[in-house]
Amino acid sequence: MNLSTFKKGGVHPPEMKEYADSKSLERLPIPSELIVSMSQHLGAPAKALKAKGEHVEKGEKIAQASSFISADVHSPVSGTIKDVRKVTMANSVVCDAFVIEPDEQQPELFNKRIDYKDLSREKLLEEIKDKGIVGLGGATFPLHVKISIPAGRKVDALVINGVECEPYLTADHRLMLERTKEILEGIMICNRIVDPARTIIGIEENKKDAALALEREIELRSLPIEVCLLRMKYPQGDEKQLIKATIGREIPSGKLPLDVGAVVVNIGTTHAVYEAIAYGKPLYERVVTITGDCIARPCNVIAPIGTKVCDLVSFAGGFSNEPDKLVSGGPMMGFSFYDEDTPIAKGTSGILAIKDRKDYRKSACLNCGRCVAACPIGLVPTRLYSLITNARYDEAMSNHLMDCKECGCCSFSCPAHLDLVQAMKFGKRMGRKK
Amino acid sequence: MRTVTTSPHLHSGADTQRIMLCVVIALVPSCAWGVFVFGLRALAVLGVSLGCAVLTEYLLGLVSKENTLWDLSAVVTGLLVGMNMPPAVPLYIPAIASIFAIAVVKWTFGGLGANWANPAMAGRVFVFFSFTSQMSTFSAPRTLKAAEVVSQASPLSLVKTIASSGQSVGLSSIEILSQQGVATSSIAQKVQAATGISAYNVDAFLGNIPGCIGEVSKLLLILGGVYLLVRKVITWHIPVAFIGTFSILTWMFGGIPLGLGLFHGEVLANVLRGGLILGAFFMATDMVTSPVTHKGMVVFGCGCGAFTFLFRTFGSLPEATSVAILLMNIVTPTIDRYMKPRLFGEAAKGGANS
Repeated sequence: MNLSTFKKGGVHPPEMKEYADSKSLERLPIPSELIVSMSQHLGAPAKALKAKGEHVEKGEKIAQASSFISADVHSPVSGTIKDVRKVTMANSVVCDAFVIEPDEQQPELFNKRIDYKDLSREKLLEEIKDKGIVGLGGATFPLHVKISIPAGRKVDALVINGVECEPYLTADHRLMLERTKEILEGIMICNRIVDPARTIIGIEENKKDAALALEREIELRSLPIEVCLLRMKYPQGDEKQLIKATIGREIPSGKLPLDVGAVVVNIGTTHAVYEAIAYGKPLYERVVTITGDCIARPCNVIAPIGTKVCDLVSFAGGFSNEPDKLVSGGPMMGFSFYDEDTPIAKGTSGILAIKDRKDYRKSACLNCGRCVAACPIGLVPTRLYSLITNARYDEAMSNHLMDCKECGCCSFSCPAHLDLVQAMKFGKRMGRKK
Repeated sequence: MRTVTTSPHLHSGADTQRIMLCVVIALVPSCAWGVFVFGLRALAVLGVSLGCAVLTEYLLGLVSKENTLWDLSAVVTGLLVGMNMPPAVPLYIPAIASIFAIAVVKWTFGGLGANWANPAMAGRVFVFFSFTSQMSTFSAPRTLKAAEVVSQASPLSLVKTIASSGQSVGLSSIEILSQQGVATSSIAQKVQAATGISAYNVDAFLGNIPGCIGEVSKLLLILGGVYLLVRKVITWHIPVAFIGTFSILTWMFGGIPLGLGLFHGEVLANVLRGGLILGAFFMATDMVTSPVTHKGMVVFGCGCGAFTFLFRTFGSLPEATSVAILLMNIVTPTIDRYMKPRLFGEAAKGGANS
C-alpha cells in the first residue's frame, strides 16, 4: 500500500509506544487535592468566578473566558476551594489556580443522554464554548473559535488528527480503540458545525488497529468519513504537515488552516465534544499517558484536570528508577519540569519519566546541513542559530524565525548537540521585544 | 539529579565523533592499498602526516585550553593529507602540509566548523606550490611489473606533457600511453581481453598506476564513498553533481587539446585518473566548507566539476581537483546565501526541490 505523508523534512524518532499502547484506559481515583489553573488554554487567562472558602459542584464553572480567545474552566469535583494562589505549570507559565479539596462523596453526574438532534449550529457552538472545550492535542486553542467558520468561507476538508506522532504517547490511540463510537459521534457533531465537503481522519500506520476499528464502525453506520492511513514521520501531527499529508495543501507562512479550506480537530477533542454535547459534560478530565523507562507500571488514565503529577505517578506504581527528567507532553515538544506537585492541565497528553543520555559531547556546528534537511518548514536552523547567538535578532526574524514551530527536528538530528530549539525560543522572544 | 531543559528530550544519536570515525573507516581501505603497492615508505608518509596533524591539534588545544582531539577531525585531516602525497615524498613535506592544515587553515579561523577551506586540501595545495617537483614525482606501484622504472609521471601528467609537445595530434590519451610504452598489469590485460575495456582504465580503477598514496585505488575509494552514503554521513548531491558535470564537460570538450575535436573526450579515463574520485567523495563533501542545503550542494558539486575540468584540460597543471574544490570553498557562503530551501507554503520556484 502506498501511504501518503508530507514531503519536506521530518525525522523518525524511536516510537517508544510499547510501554503503554496495550494498556486499557483506567480511571484515576479522585486525588486528595486538585490544583486547577485558570490558564489552561491559548489566549487570555480565565477570570475567577469563585473565591477561597466557597463550595463548588462537580462540573460547575469556576472561571470564565475573559476575552474572545480564552476558555471557561470547570471544577472536576464537588469540593471546597481551599486556596486561590499562584502556581507554576509544567511549561513554566505562572498563573492563578484554585486549590480544591474534594468532598468524600462525589455525585454521579453527566450520565443522562441529551437529545441534540434539533440543536442549531450556533447552539452547538455555544454549548462547546460553555463546556470549556479546547484543542487537546497540546496547543489548547479554544475549540469554539477554531470551528466557527466565518460567513462566506467554505471548508473543503475537516481533518481529524489521530496521528499522535510524539513518541511514547498513546492516549489518542487508546481512545480510538476503546471509544470508537463516541469519537465518531463527536466527529459528526464537528461535521455538522463545520459543514465540510469531506471529513478525513488521519492516522499513522503504527495505529492500524485503531484505523481498522474506525473503518469498521464507519462502514456499519455508513458515515461520510474517510480514514487516511499515513506513513510514519514526525511531526505529522502538526496541522501544517497533516493537511499536506491528507489533502496535499500547504498553508503559507502566517496563514491558518482555514485559508486553505481546512479545519483540523484532534481525536481527544472530538471525544470531549461528544461528552459535552451528548451528556452536557464540561471538559474537566482527560486521558493522560503516564509512561517512560522510569515508570513502574506505564498506563493510560482518565484523570481530573488539576491532578498533581505525584498522584499520577503513584497510581502508575511509582518510579522504577530515579528519572533524570520529568516531561509534560511528548519528548519532542513537551516541557520538562522539576516539581512533582505540578498539576496537569487540559493540554497535558502525557507525563514522561525518562532517563537522559549523558554520554554526548557538544562540538562546534559542522555546517553539515542535517538540521536543514530535517526542518519541515524549510528554514535554515544553523543560520538562525548563529544569528541568534550573535544577537542579530532582526535578521533572524527576516529569515522566517517566526515560522519555526519548535518541533525539535533540528535539535534531534544535530551531531554537534547544539540547543537549536532553545535558541529559536530565545530568538523569538528577543525578536518580539523590539 | 533531575534536569530541566528545553525540548526535544530525544536525540537521533548523530554525533560529531561518530561522523569523523565513519570517514576514517571509509578511508582506511584506500590507505591500506597505497601502503601495499607503494611499500612501507607510504606508511611512513601517512604516519608523519597523521602524527603531525594530531600533535598540532593537541598543542594548539593546550594554548586555547580546549581539548578537541576527541572529535577525530584532526585524524581525518591528517589521513587526507597523507593520502594526497606521492609515496616517495621527503617526509618534511607531509609534516609541513599537516601543520599548515591544522594550524593555519583550521585554527586561525576558530577551529572545527569555522574554517572556510578544507584543511587537508589547502595543506596539499600549499606544499604542491612550494615543492612542485617533489610533489609530482611518483613511484611505480609494485603491481606493475616494470620494475626498472623507479619513478615515473602519473598518467595524467604524462598525457599532458606529450599532448602539449604537439607530437600526438589525433591520438587519444590511451593511445598516447601505449605509444609511450607504459606498462599495464596482467589482471588489467586479462580484463581488456575479456571485455574490451582498455587495460589502462582497468589499472586506474584498481589502483595499479603511479600516483598519490591514497588516490590510486578508485575501487576502494568508491567503496568508501558508498559506505559514507549508506551511513548517511554524506548525501549523493555533491559527488554526483561533481563527477556528473566533469564527465559531461569532458565528453564534450575533453578531446580538444588532443586534437580529437568536440564530443570525443574520454570520460572514463579522465574520471579514473588523478584525485577526482577522492576529491568528489571525501574532500568536496567536507561539511564545514560545503553548502548546507541540497540545492546548494548540487550547485557546489557542479562548480567543482566544471573547474576541475577547466584546469585539467586547459590549465598548465596536471592536477586540478584540489584547486577547484578550494575555489568552490570560497563561494560556499555565497551559495548558502542564495540557495535557501523553499519555505513551506511558498510556491515552488523552478521546480527544484530541496
